Amino acid sequence: MTKREVTIVGAGIFGLWQAYTLARAGYAVRLLEESREPFARASSQWAGAMIAPECEAEGAPAIVRDLGREGLRIWREQYPHAINNGTLVVAHGRDAGDLTRFANMTERHLAVGAAHIEELEPALAGRFERGLYFESESHVDARKALGWLLEQVRESGAEIHLGTKWRGGSHDIAIDCRGMGAQSDLKSLRGVRGERVLIQTGDISLARPVRLLHPRQPIYVVPQGDGRFVIGASVIEREDDGPMTLKSALDLLGSAYALHPAFGEASVLETSAGVRPSFPDNVPRILVEQAGGTVLRVNGAYRHGFLLAPVLARIVEQYLSDGRREGALFSSP
Amino acid sequence: MNIRDKKLHGAKDLCIYGEAVASRLLLGTAGYPSPAILKEAVTASAANIVTVSLRREAAGGRLGDRFLEIIRDLGVRVLPNTAGCRTARDAITTAQMARELFGTDWIKLEVIANDDTLQPDVFGLVEAAGALVRDGFKVLPYTTEDLSVAERLQRAGCDVIMPWGAPIGSGRGLANATALKSLRAYFPDATLIIDAGIGAPSHAALAMELGYDAVLLNTAVAKAADPVRMAEAFAAAVRAGSIGFEAGLIPSRDMAVPSTPVAGTPFFDLE
Repeated sequence: MTKREVTIVGAGIFGLWQAYTLARAGYAVRLLEESREPFARASSQWAGAMIAPECEAEGAPAIVRDLGREGLRIWREQYPHAINNGTLVVAHGRDAGDLTRFANMTERHLAVGAAHIEELEPALAGRFERGLYFESESHVDARKALGWLLEQVRESGAEIHLGTKWRGGSHDIAIDCRGMGAQSDLKSLRGVRGERVLIQTGDISLARPVRLLHPRQPIYVVPQGDGRFVIGASVIEREDDGPMTLKSALDLLGSAYALHPAFGEASVLETSAGVRPSFPDNVPRILVEQAGGTVLRVNGAYRHGFLLAPVLARIVEQYLSDGRREGALFSSP
Repeated sequence: MNIRDKKLHGAKDLCIYGEAVASRLLLGTAGYPSPAILKEAVTASAANIVTVSLRREAAGGRLGDRFLEIIRDLGVRVLPNTAGCRTARDAITTAQMARELFGTDWIKLEVIANDDTLQPDVFGLVEAAGALVRDGFKVLPYTTEDLSVAERLQRAGCDVIMPWGAPIGSGRGLANATALKSLRAYFPDATLIIDAGIGAPSHAALAMELGYDAVLLNTAVAKAADPVRMAEAFAAAVRAGSIGFEAGLIPSRDMAVPSTPVAGTPFFDLE
């Protein structure tokens, strides 16, 4: 029996999970990526890569949390390098109200006091009186995870064409995972700028992502191994991916310093900005177009690419196998 | 003139630089969970005017085209603001950029003294207001409850004065209601809008009961657990406070006043 052929366009987090999932399901996968270097233009390379469905519920609709819980489960099952230490959310005393709000907007957390915070993150001893511990969450190293997925796709025998532009048409099934690259085909897709900093220091270690709430500049600090930390991320309604602004650098680095002064002596390895492809409700979509062949446009990751990519891939696989359109993701954005 | 003539109480339709505005609630557009929810909230609030911050979202005039489209599609008047500007010069430049981008000469003028307290820099504010009025702008300055500053803003050509209720985003309501009352009494004819610090619908209702012309808020709706329902609540509160003011509130007093006259009450405990 010949394998069903499918062309996947775009090797960011959505395209890679799609390729990985369909290759494992027995499809003949062809993966096209416009850039010659893997991930060179993927906004997902800059992600904090927290697999945090509970924390994200603070600002995201319930569907993101619910699908995200499945995403978390799939990451933990499939990806061998997930770090499953949960998430710690803290706020300075004067922002205690923000912590209460965060607790009200989310589930599956444990209110922790100074002693428990110290036990979880000894480096933060004495710095915070109150926090929230989300035990069930995970995080990954974004580039390592992207690399692992690409390697898995390659090993599955899929064709991988880097530096290849998609010319549309002529495929039986094409899955368009181009993110912002698909903007001209998706009228309501907009870009939301995000900026982050990568720093390195041996002076402090954290076991899990720490989110510091702040009314103006909430940040997360995600430990990435080797003393590296990703500090992110701004959310700005702007579509340019030009270099980080001084104000954003001040805000992000200032907040990290407020989390712990030991970050003051860290080396700034990299500052970067990307644009998150987003639909008006910040919920991703799977849009089916029949024109000759079938084109599925899987897009709108917003800030939930890592969280939701495995689930979207699974739902697309389901659709290809029996035509079932699961959930609200097939609706027009 | 009858005691029930609403003009007697100073009530008048909301008028901003000669234009009648139906809703007395003005809404900010920052910090919503998504543009889709922003859109629903604006509809639920029945606001006719929304503010849009230019400084950060559009540094160099690069506000996301699609986001701009969403704002324009709201079908309400856009009042650009100079949020985040630290100097008069900065605010003036931002205002000029906003005029280009939105095609309006209305500007909500913010000059911020301190990034932490977000307190208005009233000196820079008066300076920028004067310069912008001379440049043809219709300026809506965000200020404190200080009388003499309001006077200078008026002298600089501002028809509308927007004192804070409390610091931006603090949700503390009308922190100095006494001074806000004096301000209202001192400027009976100016359009006065409470801007910032509102946390609950009751705060907005109180502002209207004090005789303010309108209320401008953002965070209380954007960061509510359900922004759309909260927008609806604020619309109702502003309307209630406004009708209450027009209807003429009774004066408060220290002693009880029985609502049923005591004289002539039959005795029930004579057995």
